[in-house]
Amino acid sequence: MSNDNQGGTTTLKLVLAWGFVGIPLVWGVLQTLSNAMKLFQ
Amino acid sequence: MSFLDRERTVAKPGFSRWMVPPAALCMHLCIGQAYAFSVFNLPMTKLLGISQSAPGDWKLTELGWIFSIAMLFLGASAALFGRWVEEGGPRKAMFTAGLCWTSGFVLSAIGVYTHQLWLIYVGYGVLGGIGLGIGYISPVSTLIKWFPDRPGMATGMAIMGFGGGAFIASPLSVWLMAKFSTPTHVGVAETFLTLGAIYLCFTWIGATIVRVPPANWLPEGYTPPVQAQKLITRNDVYVYDALKTPQFWLIWWVLCLNVTAGIGVLGQASAMSQEMFPGKVTVVAAAGFVGLISLFNMLGRFFWASTSDWIGRKNTYFCFFTIGTVLYILVPHTGATGSVALFVMCFVIIISMYGGGFSTVPAYLKDMFGTRYVGAIHGMLLTAWSAAGILGPVLINYIREYQIAHGVPKAQGYNVTMYIMAGLLVVGFICNALIRPVHERHHMKASDTRGVAATAKA
Repeated sequence: MSNDNQGGTTTLKLVLAWGFVGIPLVWGVLQTLSNAMKLFQ
Repeated sequence: MSFLDRERTVAKPGFSRWMVPPAALCMHLCIGQAYAFSVFNLPMTKLLGISQSAPGDWKLTELGWIFSIAMLFLGASAALFGRWVEEGGPRKAMFTAGLCWTSGFVLSAIGVYTHQLWLIYVGYGVLGGIGLGIGYISPVSTLIKWFPDRPGMATGMAIMGFGGGAFIASPLSVWLMAKFSTPTHVGVAETFLTLGAIYLCFTWIGATIVRVPPANWLPEGYTPPVQAQKLITRNDVYVYDALKTPQFWLIWWVLCLNVTAGIGVLGQASAMSQEMFPGKVTVVAAAGFVGLISLFNMLGRFFWASTSDWIGRKNTYFCFFTIGTVLYILVPHTGATGSVALFVMCFVIIISMYGGGFSTVPAYLKDMFGTRYVGAIHGMLLTAWSAAGILGPVLINYIREYQIAHGVPKAQGYNVTMYIMAGLLVVGFICNALIRPVHERHHMKASDTRGVAATAKA
């Protein structure tokens, strides 16, 4: 058993899994940041 | 053997442990919506009147109970179902949590459609609250088992998702309500149904991806310390035996006091910034301030939990209590000197430590009580969150009201509260300092068969 990416888990699977949660999260953070910038305007 | 059983989730050779954090995030990003529920409050006061509240429309005070009930059931269900989550495995727990969470939205949509508030109390409050509790603890112990070398970082990633969920839910809900609203309809029910469907997909995909490591699995290149470290046990404590230890209750107070200090500020940030800096901080700027501290709440969850892997959990909480005390004492001076920048800096650090308190505590429990029942023990500890959820806002609101009623100017109305918060953090510091390793009489023996049937297989 290895923690590295071999056999069962491909790089594509990892990218898809992280993208599935990462893209919405980054979108939400950017939305919040753009609102937060109003504090400094 | 069901697809949901723990045995079916044991990872096969070649499975990468880096698939588990996204699975956990699928759950936490969804249930993190709870922090954004307030975006529905105002639209739900106009379900009959549409453009403004009409007689028969719900009041804000009545709607406030929805979130409170959900938080109450979060703590209760995490405490009650913790052992079931631990023994049944993460897939079954995440599947159940997703089902409860979505059912809550569906029942709430029916409540909005038929204008029956009690249906929303039962839907979002009770069912959703149970989904919150089970969902919050479900991936925690799995992550700790996959990342014995970096348990703080691993749980920090998942619990960061809980803070981040609101960032997605808030703009998404506003956008959906705008899409579904018509001149005769507010669009809340449809938004609930859409969110419920999205969350069901996300949580069940997370449940499908999640795996538990095989028995005695260790990451490649990682060798557990041969000699036990003073505050990191190599033994396990049975879930209910943990309640009999002073360490559990000291950590309970550590979490409760750390959360109390942050949660009151989080709820009052907008009003506080405007009242402390009249004319300097506008309504729009205050909204920006709320966004900024929410961002630091999320980032702090990852930063502090990861840091705790290097400096230790006890030292991390010492940082929270020491830095927090200094910053709370400093806040009234920022008001007196009119320094908005210093005020903002104080609070973003305070809130980062509030978030850090949540994400560091599972690894603290793992250090004290071992990995076997850490999820269940974490569930019981979350009652401290429920208690702080009542204590924090009550302290900050009532003391401010008392101050203003006794002639204190609004700009100085929070000063005493800040000093009280600093005092609470000093008590937290003492509780943390009193934490010692768990006595060996509480350790599970090799002959102890409690929970073995469920957990030994994985």
